[in-house]
Amino acid sequence: MATLQITDLHVSVTTEQGERPILKGVTLTISSGETHAIMGPNGSGKSTLAYTIAGHPKYTVTSGAITFDGEDVLALSVDERARAGLFLAMQYPVEIPGVTVTNFLRTAKTSIAGEAPAIRGWSKEVKESMEALRMDPAFAQRNVNEGFSGGEKKRHEILQLELLKPTIAVLDETDSGLDVDALRIVADGVNRARENTGLGVMLITHYTRILNYIKPDFVHVFVDGRIAEQGGPELADRLEQEGYDRFLEPAKVE
Amino acid sequence: MASVAIEPAQHGLVAHSDGPVVPVQTRDERPTSFDPADFGVPTGLEVNWRFAPLGRLAPLFEALPADDRPDDPAVVFEIIAPDGVVASPLARGTAPRGEIFRPEDLPSALAWQLCDDALHLTVPADAELADRVRVRMHGNGAHRRSNAHIVIEAKENSRATVVLGHTGSAQFAENVEIIVRDGAHLTVIAVQDWEDDAIHASLHQARVDRDASLKHIVVSIGGGVVRVNPTVRLAGAGSQGELFGLSFADAGQHLENQVFLHHEGPHTTGDVLYKGALQGESARTVWIGDVLIGHEAVGTNTYEANRNLVLTPGARADSIPNLEIETGQILGAGHASATGRFDDEQVFYLTSRGITEVEARRLVVRGFLNEIVQKIDDEELRSRLEAVIEEELAGEGLSGEGAARS
Ligand SMILES: Nc1ncnc2c1ncn2[C@@H]1O[C@H](COP(=O)(O)OP(=O)(O)O)[C@@H](O)[C@H]1O
Ligand SMILES: [Mg+2]
Repeated sequence: MATLQITDLHVSVTTEQGERPILKGVTLTISSGETHAIMGPNGSGKSTLAYTIAGHPKYTVTSGAITFDGEDVLALSVDERARAGLFLAMQYPVEIPGVTVTNFLRTAKTSIAGEAPAIRGWSKEVKESMEALRMDPAFAQRNVNEGFSGGEKKRHEILQLELLKPTIAVLDETDSGLDVDALRIVADGVNRARENTGLGVMLITHYTRILNYIKPDFVHVFVDGRIAEQGGPELADRLEQEGYDRFLEPAKVE
Repeated sequence: MASVAIEPAQHGLVAHSDGPVVPVQTRDERPTSFDPADFGVPTGLEVNWRFAPLGRLAPLFEALPADDRPDDPAVVFEIIAPDGVVASPLARGTAPRGEIFRPEDLPSALAWQLCDDALHLTVPADAELADRVRVRMHGNGAHRRSNAHIVIEAKENSRATVVLGHTGSAQFAENVEIIVRDGAHLTVIAVQDWEDDAIHASLHQARVDRDASLKHIVVSIGGGVVRVNPTVRLAGAGSQGELFGLSFADAGQHLENQVFLHHEGPHTTGDVLYKGALQGESARTVWIGDVLIGHEAVGTNTYEANRNLVLTPGARADSIPNLEIETGQILGAGHASATGRFDDEQVFYLTSRGITEVEARRLVVRGFLNEIVQKIDDEELRSRLEAVIEEELAGEGLSGEGAARS
């Protein structure tokens, strides 16, 4: 059983005006097999948390720690984190002109596994995952994220999740911009990964809608760079009814 | 185009237009001459020398004969031609040398005057060559001058690919005259893969006749200063010109291309795309692209673009596209130019999937250049390009920049 442990994490972002603190003491533990929903209003720092776990160079950890099975994640480079079993499904995946999905997936799999996958089995696996995500086979020959619709980008992120088989995945607003059908397809993909590999999930979302398809074990309310409240799935139901106002009031007074 | 002019005897600058030649305006009116004295030594104010490192190019402004020694030429020519292709020497004044070629700067006029025996490659009428014609030029020393004139003549309805390769080192002034006769389809690939201390000035001039096509590709990956300027005239009705270029400039290299595509005949099609990657202190590329749609060129469809990817600070790409249209009745014309910095977000995305940073950079650069690489129908050259990209991006010099490490 693998565990990602975040302890009193403070993170600032480099802006033209200098360093700006965003995360103000986040403590959270996710183990394989668990699904944690992180819910919060826009601008509360959810993506900052996701990027910091993945190691994006724009974000600086000013204090606190992240460990993965006891290993210091902050001492690892971005690619080392991925090879250690961490995965980030991005909110805004970037285009990589001239690099086909096929080439990209094979290169990533080779890097993670430490050796090139057997051609036959790999092609079959890619094909099956794409079918399950209702992706047109022609997709494989397109350039990574180039000209993809919002929904196609999200399916492509989940395709990678299924193929790269991480231990812990952070899904950053994978639900945003998806219609109900697409949402169900993407959620099925995540659920398959949970069942097949015992994936631990940090499910970042603004809305409760996706929680109807991916059932969380824990819900954390994220406000102004901190976890303001946590509980079980029933907390999501409460947010559905009340929204985030209750949490925002004290932040204003501050 | 009817008359075949063999080296006009008169001196003095010749312009295509009638009447007095005072200000140089359209690209077509740029002066040409077979007499080096008419050009004078460039000062850097001339429109075609503005971005060039004149100091480093200075040896090619001198009227020096080839520094050939017994059994040791300055530049060795090795010609590999499939059956049917004729390779023969061609003296000045012998057709088709000079049928279309007009020197348009000092090094090209010098090369014209100083090369006694041009290389004439003839693809016979109706021949369809499965194998490539290769001209391998290898320079035997960085301070050794050589002057060359090469005439590539694709006769009526022939089909061939000619690869001009340059390796080693030299001070090389080179003219390439390309004649694509009616209905012929010719591909010319010029590869500059010199050592770091080579200097090379090359002027390619091509005429494409009725229903003929030319695919012209310039690949510059090695050399100190490399300037390859292709001019292609789509003279015949229905002719087509594809002008592609790929360059990879690293520290201290200056790679330049001045591309001129002239739509002269009706219903001609043009496609110009040059891509350049740059990395390292004072790596430099210059691209000036002119497309001229002449009065007669009704029904023209043309597009030109130059895109550069600057991988590290300290590298610089100049890019100047021009489009002149002298007739209103065209199908389409456009141009684009973009120079972008290396995108760290792309590297982050790839590394977040476990791919190492070096490999991620390689993927991004390869992806960027791929649009041109996939147009190169030559396995040997494609694998050479792969190796070059690999070498260039393996360097320690890169790992510090934009490293995605927290
Ligand atoms: N790269 C950045 N540059 C400048 N400001 C940023 C950057 N990333 C995040 N921020 C700021 O940090 C705050 C939190 O942003 P983010 O983590 O994206 O929130 P969320 O994902 O919850 O919407 C916002 O105010 C945002 O403007
Ligand atoms: Mg966000």
